[in-house]
Amino acid sequence: MKLKLSTALAGATLMLAAGSASAQEIRVMCGADGNGCEIWEDILTGFEEENPGVDIVMDVVPYNAILENLPVQLAAGTGPDIAGVTDLGGLNEYYLDLTPYVDADYWNNSFGDFLNWYRAGPDDTGIYGLHTQLTITGAYINRTLFDQAGVAVPAADADWDTWAAATREVAEKTGVEYPMAMDRSGHRIAGPAISYGAQYFDENGDPILVDDAFEAYVAKFVGWHEDGTMAREVWAGQGGNSYQDASKEFINGELVYYYAGSWQVGRFDEEIGDFFDWQVVGSPCGVGGCTGMPGGSGLVGFKQTKHPEMVAKALDFLARELNYTEMTARTRNIPAHLGVAESGVDYVDASDTAAAALNAWGAQLPKISPIAFAYQGHPQNRAMFNITVQRVTQAIVGELPLEDAMNRAKDDLAAVLAETK
Amino acid sequence: MLSVLSSIMRIVEIPMLFLQHKLGINRLAWVFLAPNLILFGVFTFLPIFISAVYALTGGDKILLEDRPFVGMQNFRTLGDCGNFLDPDTCRSDFFWRAVWNTVWFVILQVGFMVGLSLLTALILNQKIRARGFFRAVFFFPVLLSPVVVALIWKWVLQKHGVLNAVLEGVGLEGHSWMLDSTWAFGWSVFLSVWAHMGFYTLILLSGLQAIPRDVYEAALMDRASPWRTFRRITMPLLAPTMLVVLVLALIKGVQTFDEVFAFTGGGPGSATTLIVQYIYQTGFAGAPRLFGLASAASMMLAFVLIVLTALQMRANRRSFNG
Repeated sequence: MKLKLSTALAGATLMLAAGSASAQEIRVMCGADGNGCEIWEDILTGFEEENPGVDIVMDVVPYNAILENLPVQLAAGTGPDIAGVTDLGGLNEYYLDLTPYVDADYWNNSFGDFLNWYRAGPDDTGIYGLHTQLTITGAYINRTLFDQAGVAVPAADADWDTWAAATREVAEKTGVEYPMAMDRSGHRIAGPAISYGAQYFDENGDPILVDDAFEAYVAKFVGWHEDGTMAREVWAGQGGNSYQDASKEFINGELVYYYAGSWQVGRFDEEIGDFFDWQVVGSPCGVGGCTGMPGGSGLVGFKQTKHPEMVAKALDFLARELNYTEMTARTRNIPAHLGVAESGVDYVDASDTAAAALNAWGAQLPKISPIAFAYQGHPQNRAMFNITVQRVTQAIVGELPLEDAMNRAKDDLAAVLAETK
Repeated sequence: MLSVLSSIMRIVEIPMLFLQHKLGINRLAWVFLAPNLILFGVFTFLPIFISAVYALTGGDKILLEDRPFVGMQNFRTLGDCGNFLDPDTCRSDFFWRAVWNTVWFVILQVGFMVGLSLLTALILNQKIRARGFFRAVFFFPVLLSPVVVALIWKWVLQKHGVLNAVLEGVGLEGHSWMLDSTWAFGWSVFLSVWAHMGFYTLILLSGLQAIPRDVYEAALMDRASPWRTFRRITMPLLAPTMLVVLVLALIKGVQTFDEVFAFTGGGPGSATTLIVQYIYQTGFAGAPRLFGLASAASMMLAFVLIVLTALQMRANRRSFNG
């Protein structure tokens, strides 16, 4: 009996040892805020087949864990091999440079400026991330309400004042509660501010956040909250830097014009159905153009991985045009891969409305201002988004006069830059 | 069975006798205290010490070795104020808004909490019908998770919520309760009192039941009025329990975070941002994560809590000594 037991134990130990010697386990931390995780996992099974002995393990975690726990894990050296991140430049110090393992020309030609978002600065030429989800901020309208009210939808080059007047008229004629709403986010308000001339950076490329144009747009924005044009619940109903959207109000048909972004297409398609007609109208125009903010998320590998080559190969596998196209079509995203964008994506499972919306968002891409691209790629952009949200909210609820709130925003930014230099 | 137990006890006794022989009877106490001390040390005292060290460092790095030593700079940043009563004159205006919100919150919450708990305890101490049922009803909110409490009241108070529906149903006008700073703060106090009142009611009820009946009987024979009985008998004899309730409520009030954060998110603006939320946002939910500043604010909060705890211990001693 004793002999049998020891033989079994020895056998099991040998099997475990052999297994651990041949298998390369790649752990991917993935935020559960869409269908991306399951689709990546599905496509990566092809990678596992190409590379016997490699095991991709998808750790699906709440999105907040990516924001709050991942940086701590990375600092402690206990992070995953790959993660899906949204703080693209903020975690740069931990990124694995894929350049030695991939065809750099292919990546540079395919992803162009999107690679900059993952870099430490203008002098950094490394390849760190695969931008999997390109998003663009902009507006949706409830087309049915416009038709019912008999109000013409403003032209593509209409400014915010024109949209505000039109949506107020629609709301008044249809008895709908809210003419307009914008997500409570510093990222969301940035596109309109840039359209109205905000620069965000000085001539040296250092962040300034508040300038005359920014303040002028915020004054307009605060005014719309006072006169009832903007749904007050979204910005004034929260404190701190908490995110708040107005998607429920839009889905329930209580909102005429909703400034959010391309990531809502899937949800609207699913939840609105044929309840009413909705469409993408992009971003209103101003002296600085008609820009939204680009953004999204990407997959990055980390230096601390024990399998850097396999991590790079896995990301390279997803970056292949065929795989990237499949990933984009199934997740219903706008492609950041220039080749895929040029060829067009056939969103096979999407309804006509959703496909039209996704194409409309794709058409917004050329309108994006270089300032918006630079802002999205700046390592301190999250700090700037938070400062914007907190100080603009104070002006909306009357806690601080607008001028004081803007001066405070400048001081906050100076403090952040001093703390992180 | 008994013999098995006594055999086990005899086995346990051997190392104890050995330790007693080696250490002496007084030092043996430390052996029994050690498990608890280790747990407290690792999970309470060590984090406090680490937090104190972080409070003296700056930057946004997580690991201590990457953080520059800045001395008292974080405390100076928090204390840089033209007028402490006016947060707008302070460099860290959100910190001082949170401090003053917390002060007002504690004053109102503790005041209402103690007053209403006493009133409820007095009523529940009477021989009323369905007394057991009412005792359970008042205690029930204590069992709820703070997030559930917040969501229930959010549902009641939102623009298209239950309260406005009721008001509109009786011909009155609804109100945007959560968008009005004063109302949002008032409802946060109410929600907190509603959620915790049952616990303090229970303590006061046990205090009331500990008062000997014969004292009341003597007062009745002396034809003392109910008010006089309450003032001259109930209150003095309940005073030690009241003091414990007061100090406990104060400590819990200063530490309030979860239910108010889930209820209002600290808004509108910063109208309901309390000190613990400020610490959480500065250290964890903000960008960059300013652990040094958050730790400095934690140290200041810890000082206040230590003072309140000392008061509670003193109250407990007085209560124990009669």
